[in-house]
Amino acid sequence: MSIAITTQFICFTVLSLVVLIGALGVVLLESIVYSAFLLGGVFMSVAGLYLLLNASFVAAAQVLVYVGAVNVLIIFAIMLVNKKEDLKPINDIKSRRVISTSICLTLLSLLIRVDLTKVWSLSSPQNSIGEESTIRIGEHLFSDYLLPFEVASVLLLMAMIGAIVLARRDVMSKDISTGLPVDQELIEKSSEPLLTNKN
Amino acid sequence: MEYGLDLEYSFNEFLKGFGLSSEIAHIIWLPLPMLLVLVAAVVGVLVTVWLERKISAAAQQRIGPEYAGALGVLQPIADGLKLLVKEDIIPAKADGILFTAGPILVLVPVILSWLIVPFGQNLLISNVGIGIFLWIALSSIQPIGLLMSGYASNNKYSLLGGLRAAAQSISYEIPLALSVLAIVLMTNSLSTVDIVNQQSSAGILSWNIWRQPVGFIVFWICALAECERLPFDLPEAEEELVAGYQTEYAGMKFALFYLGSYINLILSALLVSILYLGGWGFPIPVELIAKLLNLPINAPFIQVFTASIGIVMTVLKAYLLVFIAILLRWTTPRVRIDQLLDLGWKFLLPISLANLLITAGLKLAFPQFFGG
Repeated sequence: MSIAITTQFICFTVLSLVVLIGALGVVLLESIVYSAFLLGGVFMSVAGLYLLLNASFVAAAQVLVYVGAVNVLIIFAIMLVNKKEDLKPINDIKSRRVISTSICLTLLSLLIRVDLTKVWSLSSPQNSIGEESTIRIGEHLFSDYLLPFEVASVLLLMAMIGAIVLARRDVMSKDISTGLPVDQELIEKSSEPLLTNKN
Repeated sequence: MEYGLDLEYSFNEFLKGFGLSSEIAHIIWLPLPMLLVLVAAVVGVLVTVWLERKISAAAQQRIGPEYAGALGVLQPIADGLKLLVKEDIIPAKADGILFTAGPILVLVPVILSWLIVPFGQNLLISNVGIGIFLWIALSSIQPIGLLMSGYASNNKYSLLGGLRAAAQSISYEIPLALSVLAIVLMTNSLSTVDIVNQQSSAGILSWNIWRQPVGFIVFWICALAECERLPFDLPEAEEELVAGYQTEYAGMKFALFYLGSYINLILSALLVSILYLGGWGFPIPVELIAKLLNLPINAPFIQVFTASIGIVMTVLKAYLLVFIAILLRWTTPRVRIDQLLDLGWKFLLPISLANLLITAGLKLAFPQFFGG
């Protein structure tokens, strides 16, 4: 085995272990803050796996979007609602755990079976596009994947408008979930500097 | 354009002369540029800290450090030594693991970003194809480290500082990336080496600052905000938040934050000089001078000379920008958090979007000036 292949193997093993253990930690840990930070670690390791596959642009995009935006927002949200509140004990927690574990194991076995039965067509290292991938992705986004790309952007726009409507409660007189009139006192007043009227 | 010193090639040939295989020679080569850049970054920090002390003293009509070495040049080293030997404290109620991981997560992406900083045609660690995009991606990891250390300190000022830092960095990342995109549009490449080469045709006249004046200003404001320098140092606003997310830190962990912020400042200055001020390019093209003096451009002497001029020019431009940043820090007041977010979202974002659109239009209209 040459040095390059050994290095690649070691990197792959470490990254996959981090992904697996980190993902288990995200699900199993009690503390939500630890889960959120571990999720960031999992995203980073997935980016590392992309890098091993010579997809450096996808890896950087993964870091930028998932770590830099999604994960930061998750952590941000957790820290803004940092209530010390004990969750209500759930009655039949044990049977629920058994059911969800069995469902997860079934899905896992299905995935393993697909992986073992399907014959994967591997491209040789000579055919990999590597650094060219940025250009190739751009070409695809503006030709045959144009419609999905635009539809996704419309979806994001809708989500953004929805979030603004939810956040600015002064645009609605009734609370959407309860139907009660909105408590206008809680809405942040526009900030007038206190010292402007003094003179 | 593919000339210039190729140290890696010469080094590998040199080692092969001793009968080593090319693979081993490559492995021996690999850590050398990394170490060199790390040392360069740390020395750069020492110089910047000294400059900061001296310039702030001059701005406030003081003398500044004087007794440690001539003109106090050894003062930053004394500072560093002090931080090294200080007791490393983890507060009793803090979260030990996250408290330690936070500063590391802040420092490592910044140092990794030096991967793409070119000091010459072949004088960089790796000319990766995604180039400048790598820096944008890496700098987006930093807020996680800040949030982590703010949360782990178990102190309300730290938490507020961490939240402010993350909000600030997310808001200013977008105009920053958009102004970089305008440059990339003109270069047709993400690679930093290509970006500099694109500006090297006519010396100072072909620098991007003339073609992207708006982008330059937006980028510089956003870079200052990303570095959390005054006027944008809200995450550590002393009067409101003690010291923000670094309140509980001492010793080497604090030194990591300190190093990180100064390395980030130098990195931002270097990137501004690469993106807008022609990188390693001399104001008058070196080829032109060589032609006037009837010197062959590929002669070893000229090669070494142009490479050293390149390094000097890059560092000179970067330190000019560092000087401006320091001057700004000691002469401007801090903005409020709502002003900061207003500036980011309502002013810089639309302006950088418009700049990108106009650049795209100009590129279609005048392909010879804006990169066809």
